[in-house]
Amino acid sequence: MSEKSNPHGQTTGHVWDDTLAELTNQPPKWWMIGLHASWILVLVYGIYYPAWPLLHSHTKGIAGWTAVKEYKKDLAEVESIRAPYEAKIAKMDVKAILADNELKEYISRSGKVLFGDNCAACHGSGGQGNPGFPSLVDDDWLYGGKIDTILQTITNGRQGMMPKMGGNQLTPEEIDKLANAIYNGKVTEEPLFTAKGCVGCHGPDGKGMQALGSANLTDKIWRFKAEDQLASIKYTIAHGVNDPSDPKTRKAKMPAWKNRLSETQIKKLAVYVHELGGGQ
Amino acid sequence: MSENAGSTAPKYEDDIYEEAANWHVNTGDEKIHAKRVTGRWRRLKWITHSVWLIFFLGPYLRWHGRQAVLFDIPNRQFHIFDITVLPQDVWMLSLVLLFFAMLLAAVTSIAGRVYCGFFCFQTAWTDVFTWLEEKIEGPPAKRRKLEEGPWTAEKARKLGLKWAIWLAISVLTGLSFVAWFTDAFQLWHDFFTGQASSVAYGVVGLFTVGTFTLAGKLREQACFWLCPYARIQGVMYDKETILPTYDYNRGEPRGRLKKGKVPEGQGDCIDCKQCVAVCPTGIDIRNGQQEGCITCALCIDACDAVMEKIGKPKGLIRYASLDEMEGKQRLPLYRRPRPLIYLTILTLALSGIIYGLTHLGTIELKVLHERAPLFVELSDGSIQNKYRIKILNKTDKDFHVKLTAEGIPGMTLKGAEKPLYARKGNDTSYTVYIKAPSSAIKEERTPILFKVVGIEDPNKKATYESMFFAPK
Repeated sequence: MSEKSNPHGQTTGHVWDDTLAELTNQPPKWWMIGLHASWILVLVYGIYYPAWPLLHSHTKGIAGWTAVKEYKKDLAEVESIRAPYEAKIAKMDVKAILADNELKEYISRSGKVLFGDNCAACHGSGGQGNPGFPSLVDDDWLYGGKIDTILQTITNGRQGMMPKMGGNQLTPEEIDKLANAIYNGKVTEEPLFTAKGCVGCHGPDGKGMQALGSANLTDKIWRFKAEDQLASIKYTIAHGVNDPSDPKTRKAKMPAWKNRLSETQIKKLAVYVHELGGGQ
Repeated sequence: MSENAGSTAPKYEDDIYEEAANWHVNTGDEKIHAKRVTGRWRRLKWITHSVWLIFFLGPYLRWHGRQAVLFDIPNRQFHIFDITVLPQDVWMLSLVLLFFAMLLAAVTSIAGRVYCGFFCFQTAWTDVFTWLEEKIEGPPAKRRKLEEGPWTAEKARKLGLKWAIWLAISVLTGLSFVAWFTDAFQLWHDFFTGQASSVAYGVVGLFTVGTFTLAGKLREQACFWLCPYARIQGVMYDKETILPTYDYNRGEPRGRLKKGKVPEGQGDCIDCKQCVAVCPTGIDIRNGQQEGCITCALCIDACDAVMEKIGKPKGLIRYASLDEMEGKQRLPLYRRPRPLIYLTILTLALSGIIYGLTHLGTIELKVLHERAPLFVELSDGSIQNKYRIKILNKTDKDFHVKLTAEGIPGMTLKGAEKPLYARKGNDTSYTVYIKAPSSAIKEERTPILFKVVGIEDPNKKATYESMFFAPK
């Protein structure tokens, strides 16, 4: 057991399994260099960067580096790339922006974030709409799909009104008849359409009036889309839209964005929505 | 235990210790100071090493007002004379790698580690470094003496000078490498005025340390313990591979010269150990093929010189295959399947590269179909799909293209009425819509073929097949 000599060098004297001995020779030089280099690196790092926790704070490091500073620097870099476009957009009106292919493409790409943050919750990530929230990708517009109208809609918001027709105005059978006619796209052939005054808002051709925001009843695009579309139409006729006299009325309100977003942001959104596919 | 092992134990022990005594592994505990020889292979070695001059001088070559070969990583463009390769064509890089891998394999199976001995940067740089060492410190014996001796003013002067020159070469190596990736002349200016990028300084630093350590300090140890090629090349040999080989039939039994003559009954090898003295990796070629041999053939030069002096025919050490040594017939190349397979892959890879370079094209089209929503029903009952178009202009001039699409009768393409502008060396994107009457749509998905044709040059064409989605 006390045998400390070995053909390979000094051993600690411990022997396992009769054959395994532990040598006492130095680790290789490269390994020792690596070891020392490592603790020196830790030391330098600890002095240079914020590293050590203190009671209420931490060491700041002599370089003054912080993650937030680095983030801000990177952000400034992105902003500087965007700046020339943003400056142009701020000065131009929406019509001029639409005519500029490059700016239009810039907005189609960068506007995605703006749209996602502010619009997508109701209108869907691609503007495809949700039940009760109109689609922005088709060519059916309640208030018009021209760029100026879109800009106005976003700036000031919209709130249409359709009085409830159930109860005193129409019997359930009449609502049934009208709803079926609308569902089949033949509302103008239904005498009740004129007789009950629907034409007043929806127009003699049933295509709606954009000045009022009344819906086009002749196409297959539904403002209040539902699984059972016929039932949805009946409900809308019976309870109206935003009718204060009916607690069961449909609520449909586009908020105004002028106090929440800057003018440039609203312009970008208008162009973005126009370019979703339905702009006129 | 020893009783049971009986009489076989001593014999086994004898054998294994005899083997161990001859088996000397060069682990770097002794520094190899190879003697420098002159001769045919030595001359060839200088010529093959000079391939690396391209590495040093290449970046300064100009072509039509810009760097002839430039790997422009920030702009993602590779310029090779008139050819500009964009990342889209980088599949060729894999063929280039395959080509060189197969070239290595083919050459190795025919003539051994030709790459190691004649072309490898490790060999070339070490060769230059040791050449300088000899110029400054003298031949191997003097070098060893200086190394072991105490620090004197002369030792400091000699080593200082050597290290300074090595360092200069190392920095130049780093600078030359970086010069392939940025404007070479500008780099020199920026580098010494402190304006180069931190990446440039970092890479030059790494190369400086790397070159100095690998060629100055590690040398053959890099081939022994670091290099993966050195290991894989060894397994590409077969018995037909020609290698620097000691002709044991002729050389053995070896023995010393007696009175300037080879005694009767003795082989041609006079055990002068010149082959060992000149070996840059410190091996004895007479022990046969071994992993330390980089097949640099300097032992052939050394042995030939000795054979000439003692009046024996040259070629005691020569390029020969194991089969030849065993007196077997040498197989012609076309009957050796390994080189043939390598050469076939080599040819295929090369054809692919040539095809790629000659069919780079000038324009590429990509069409991405909008997913949210997949399609839109319009008020007149027709269906609209939205697409993002990317036009890649691979030339160095801006141009315009006309975009068209076909696939459904009566469909209209919106957003591409005017010619589309394609920015040089980049992709430009546009948004377009296809509107189709629902009566004409037969399926849920209809293939649509997009086409772009250059307006200035109608030969610039590209197509892309996308889909038109419709409700069920």
